[in-house]
Amino acid sequence: MPKLNMVQAINLALHQEMEADETVLTLGQDIGVNGGVFRVTEGLFEKFGEKRVIDTPIAESAIVGASIGMAQAGLRPVAEMQFSGFSYYGLQQVESHATRWRSRSQGNITVPMVLRMPYGGGVHALEHHSESREATYAHFPGMKVVLPSGPRNARALMVASIRDNDPVIFMEPKRSYRAFKEEVPEEPEVMEIGKAQVVREGKDITLVAWGAMMRQSLDAADRMEKKGVSVELIDLLSVAPLDSDTINASVAKTGRCVVVQEAPRSLGISSEIIARINDHTLMYLEAPVGRVTGFDVVTPNFAREKWYLPTASQVERQLDATMAF
Amino acid sequence: MPLSEIAKFGVSRLEVLDAEGKIDPALDPGLSDERLLEIHRYMCLGREADARMFKLQRTGRLGTFPPTAGQEAVSVAAVAAVRETDWFTGAFRELPGRLMRGQTFTQLLKFWAGHEEGAAGPMDMRTIPDNIVIASQIPQAVGIAYAMKLKGEDSVVLNFFGDGATSEGDFHEGLNFASVWKSPVIFIIQNNGWAISTPRAKQTNSATLAQKAIAYGMPGIIVDGNDALAVHTAVSQAAERARKGEGPTLIEAQTYRMGVHTTADDPTRYRSDEEVAAWAAKDPIERFQRYLEGKGIWDADKQAALEEEIKAEVAASVADFEGMEKIHPATPFDHVFEESNPELERQREIFLENIRVEFPEDLEGVADAKA
Repeated sequence: MPKLNMVQAINLALHQEMEADETVLTLGQDIGVNGGVFRVTEGLFEKFGEKRVIDTPIAESAIVGASIGMAQAGLRPVAEMQFSGFSYYGLQQVESHATRWRSRSQGNITVPMVLRMPYGGGVHALEHHSESREATYAHFPGMKVVLPSGPRNARALMVASIRDNDPVIFMEPKRSYRAFKEEVPEEPEVMEIGKAQVVREGKDITLVAWGAMMRQSLDAADRMEKKGVSVELIDLLSVAPLDSDTINASVAKTGRCVVVQEAPRSLGISSEIIARINDHTLMYLEAPVGRVTGFDVVTPNFAREKWYLPTASQVERQLDATMAF
Repeated sequence: MPLSEIAKFGVSRLEVLDAEGKIDPALDPGLSDERLLEIHRYMCLGREADARMFKLQRTGRLGTFPPTAGQEAVSVAAVAAVRETDWFTGAFRELPGRLMRGQTFTQLLKFWAGHEEGAAGPMDMRTIPDNIVIASQIPQAVGIAYAMKLKGEDSVVLNFFGDGATSEGDFHEGLNFASVWKSPVIFIIQNNGWAISTPRAKQTNSATLAQKAIAYGMPGIIVDGNDALAVHTAVSQAAERARKGEGPTLIEAQTYRMGVHTTADDPTRYRSDEEVAAWAAKDPIERFQRYLEGKGIWDADKQAALEEEIKAEVAASVADFEGMEKIHPATPFDHVFEESNPELERQREIFLENIRVEFPEDLEGVADAKA
């Protein structure tokens, strides 16, 4: 199997899905001739031409709105928001229409659309290029929000997202784009959206993370193993739908849990995870659920980034504290 | 019934200097020698500062930044055409104009080095820091202009953005508001031909960008954006109109980005060397210099002396930047709201505790703004 980084893996999924299904097309700013600012769409323009790989004007609302229309009319658009921080001009179309057409039309009109957007910090970028706002999108009923953590699951989830008959926000952790490679099979793999993955089984404590925070969490789990603590690590992969069944099954087994979230601490995915543990497995807990998160401040510019982003060391300390409770 | 013509519109283009730097005497704005030399100085300063930033970026001391080289005439001549009490709102390719407005190069270096301190005032300059989200500064400029009118000031607002911004809804909404309100705003499109890899022809099917003004009921004009005197003339006329209460103007300044969109961009992927070379021949600074020389107020010796002076000034700013005080990690907590709240203070303590454990050296010798 070839070893690919996440950029190459998503690119592979786009190539294969566009080849297999001629209703799949891509649109966005600089995605064609330029191959995308992160090169995720490299080679598509040359292969599929300007009718299916569309360089658009700078207009996020029109990119999202036009994608909704294309989807209603039988196409499967994969639209790129150049950075998640620039996606908010398109928010009206997402909240008011993409998420609602199925309900509004009682299932007659559907929006099989993927909105790709690089998100998150760690690449020393400018303002609006480092935020982690998955909870914003996850809060809209009717929207699926997928966050891959590595090349292999990014490819498999992109295939699933394109084939899904509902709108999917696909948030790509840009700090993980080229951070590491994994073996990715040539044959298309599909992972189920809304299903978390237990990436490491353990018995002492459950650790939940997603997207870019999986790297820190894996690192912390390794450190804990060396100290004799067995960590069960769960990669959420989707935050909407949120697979709390997998989390609760794990918590029922371990009795302890830590959640890692890059986004601001309040009103985010970690809050919902804790609420669902409260709903289902509270009585199994031997310690309060701990969490390591970003903060309720405007995401700092990159000179202060290293102090803002959760680190493996912070995760380790929280795991220690939750174990010692 | 035959169709009756309801209205007819046209778009004009203004050039004052030709490619050789020769002036059309009928269009000479009659600026003082002192003003002309000041325009030249700030264009040269912008060029040198930009080149220095590029080197700093390549050696890792700045983050990604958008170079301005080739576009100096637009922001400098526009600033020269308005008053200090007027407002400056822009995007991110107005470095020379910002320097002329009094933002220090040291401060701008901090901004592009990812320090919050780089966007910290002084607001009494009425110069709003760089704006990254395309076109979002446009409606805000309209609001500032409305406030000026309501307060009875005759100040106007310079509002810069690029050709790509004209595709965003905020551009259209902002222009419409400004015209309905007759707001004293001067919209200046720095049409440099490319929005990252998207050429102007793929950005809009309109023959010109200036004609978009017609739809909103305001004058629109094209100027040679590499001709400082053409920019100055158009902005002066727009400012006069705005001060008289006649509302906004849209100016399409046709220029060219000589380098990369940002330091993360590779323009060889989407545009030809020939195109770049053709624009190099229209360099705004060289053209203006030839004009000054033809006028008899400038020569090669003076240019050499100016370049020396500017190099020293830029070097001093870089030294100030590199010698800046250690920043306090927790500053972002100080500026979320006017007053903090208990949860934010709890989080601040978690944040500081993380640093005490992991990066203790980063708290040594820095004053805690909160303490």
